[in-house]
Amino acid sequence: MLNTERKPVTGKRVQLMATCLCDAFYDDVAAATVEVLEHLGVEVAFPEAQTCCGQPAFNGGDWAASRKVVRHTVKTFAGEEPVVVPSGSCAAMMFHGAVLEFEKEKDVGEVEALGRRTWELADFIVNGLGVKAWPGRYDATVAFHRSCHSRGTKSGEASLTLLNAIAGVRVVEFGEGEQCCGFGGTFSVSFPNISTAMGALKLDHVRAVKPDVFVSGDMSCMMHLGGLAAKEGKPIKTLHLAQVLRDALKGGPR
Amino acid sequence: MRFQQIDQFAAELKADTRASVYQSTKTTHEKRTKLLFDQFTDPNRLREIAGEIKQHAIENLDTYLPRVEEKLKANGAQVHWAATAQSACETVLRIMRARGATKMVKAKTMVSEEIELAHFLEKNGCEAVETDLGEFIIQIDHDHPSHIVRPIIHKNRREIATSFEREGLGAYNDDPETITRRARHFLRHKYLAADVGLTGANFVSAESGRIVLVTNEGNSRFCLAATKCHIALVGIEKIVPRDRDLGILLNLLGRSGTAQDLTVYTEFIGGPKSAAQPDGPEEMHVIFVDNGRTDVLATECRDILRCIRCGACLNVCPVYRQASGHAYRSVYPGPVGAVLSPLLAAEKFPALADLPKASSLCGACNEVCPVNIPIPDLLLRLRNKAKEEGVPSPGTPPMGAWALLASQPTAWKASLVGGKLMNHLPTKMIPVPALQAWADKRELPRWRGGEFRKWMKARAKKPPSP
Ligand code: SF4
Repeated sequence: MLNTERKPVTGKRVQLMATCLCDAFYDDVAAATVEVLEHLGVEVAFPEAQTCCGQPAFNGGDWAASRKVVRHTVKTFAGEEPVVVPSGSCAAMMFHGAVLEFEKEKDVGEVEALGRRTWELADFIVNGLGVKAWPGRYDATVAFHRSCHSRGTKSGEASLTLLNAIAGVRVVEFGEGEQCCGFGGTFSVSFPNISTAMGALKLDHVRAVKPDVFVSGDMSCMMHLGGLAAKEGKPIKTLHLAQVLRDALKGGPR
Repeated sequence: MRFQQIDQFAAELKADTRASVYQSTKTTHEKRTKLLFDQFTDPNRLREIAGEIKQHAIENLDTYLPRVEEKLKANGAQVHWAATAQSACETVLRIMRARGATKMVKAKTMVSEEIELAHFLEKNGCEAVETDLGEFIIQIDHDHPSHIVRPIIHKNRREIATSFEREGLGAYNDDPETITRRARHFLRHKYLAADVGLTGANFVSAESGRIVLVTNEGNSRFCLAATKCHIALVGIEKIVPRDRDLGILLNLLGRSGTAQDLTVYTEFIGGPKSAAQPDGPEEMHVIFVDNGRTDVLATECRDILRCIRCGACLNVCPVYRQASGHAYRSVYPGPVGAVLSPLLAAEKFPALADLPKASSLCGACNEVCPVNIPIPDLLLRLRNKAKEEGVPSPGTPPMGAWALLASQPTAWKASLVGGKLMNHLPTKMIPVPALQAWADKRELPRWRGGEFRKWMKARAKKPPSP
């Protein structure tokens, strides 16, 4: 069961979990997250010791290795402030996956506690802060990919609430929106044929509705789909929701 | 780096097989979803309740199994217990021999596939004819089911017509109605000649001892109408506590499995022929099959025993849609099979330990499961079990070094910066196999390790903007 019960947000200070993917590849997504949160009057702290949420090893089945990383994460994000992460998948790792692999460990309580104050970005903005309007403008047709790790959470709906609130954004639905993009962490490298076939299907559906930009709350899906499209020689423009929100504040697409 | 068997199988699958599996699973899934959400205000709540009922049932089998035995006996049925596939098969044979029977007609039952009953009976000089159209086609082709509800989802009608011609069931004709009519015609004679009718059970009520069978072809009724002896082969997890639990379970089963409000036939069998029940076989045997189920019950994956075999998780699964059922090399394919098959394999677990890896963990299976089984969690548990037991897993990157790095911030930060070297290397020379495997199929984004941290530091130094 997903543990999506949240502690209500009180103060206006959060800790940012930037994700290892943003740390390594997508610095602009993490930067956009900071700017979006600061626009909302939130003070953003960045615990320097952070690395990864532990999900690669958890999904790969090496729970002992994963727990090592989770323990480091728990230590790094000490305190009471909400932890905000621009990824549904890393958020779900904190409030669900980590709890599962710690169920027999003595420190499961600390892991659960971190899970209860970890928020996916859109969920935090809409349901944590109660913000449903977004100023600025962004003239574009947007296809939104609802990542699988947001199933059973409020993130997908929250993301659409925000996108639909931006003047100029036209959100288009595409076929089989509920289907997975085929990334799946280690699955993408150990099942390359199935993974890319799933990705190709997703790309077909998305291209059919001709969006200006393909947006998601998870860069892992976008890394896979964008990378696949580029390899095919037919690149598509992918962005994180945080980038769209920030660019809207600055007047539109960069 | 080698790849996983299921991935290889998918890559080699015939394009038209994939296309037909994809089309029919997608259509059924979409109809299922529309039906449930059009007809119920909160189908997800229904799935939760159904899950709780089944979870309660499997966790209290020690209460319900004796109760159901008592009820069945009171209803006039004979009850047998089979701990293994072998003993289940032998029990069936014993019942047949005691009657001097050699001919059986079979309705569709997954347990009989699991224990390979037809094969066993054949070896022992008995005939066991499949009467479900799909299973019949599987039987004449010496094939295996590739879907738990639609065994021949991998076949097209041209292939079926060719098989019928080969078996002397008429000149080539791939019109579905003709195919069905010919099978029916052939089977009518088999029903009349058989002495024993074998069915499974979708549910058995511990309250009344009623056996519930759902079918769409009416073949199970024929099996019971024409024969003198009914054998029901039942997995021990099929018990439900009360008759009224069937209301919710039947409502969900038809809709989830075949996108029907209710299957065409829903039979409640209260016992053999008696004064109060003038129709049906005069003898009724119920064989409860364990075959590894109590061992599954003892694991943390016991939730899988809630399964009511609707097939919805197969239909929605993107991996099943690409790979089809035979890729799973076991009786139960798809998400449910990826959990159940390796568990039922018991000491042969390592041979099927790759099945739980065949998932992107997208969670679509959990979202459609009428008994709300957290399949992704169970897949993860089995991945961890495989790791702990040291089963090799091709293509899965080792995580030990990574975990070390990810728990040491200084080393982590250094490697973020060091990774930039990759931008200057041709893909083939990147010294990380997982990244190479990635880049083989997808462009790798530019490495920008540490850039965000720099940006964060730079703006911390600036005075805050007003
Ligand atoms: S696991 Fe759930 S969805 Fe899959 S066949 Fe069983 S009951 Fe149906």
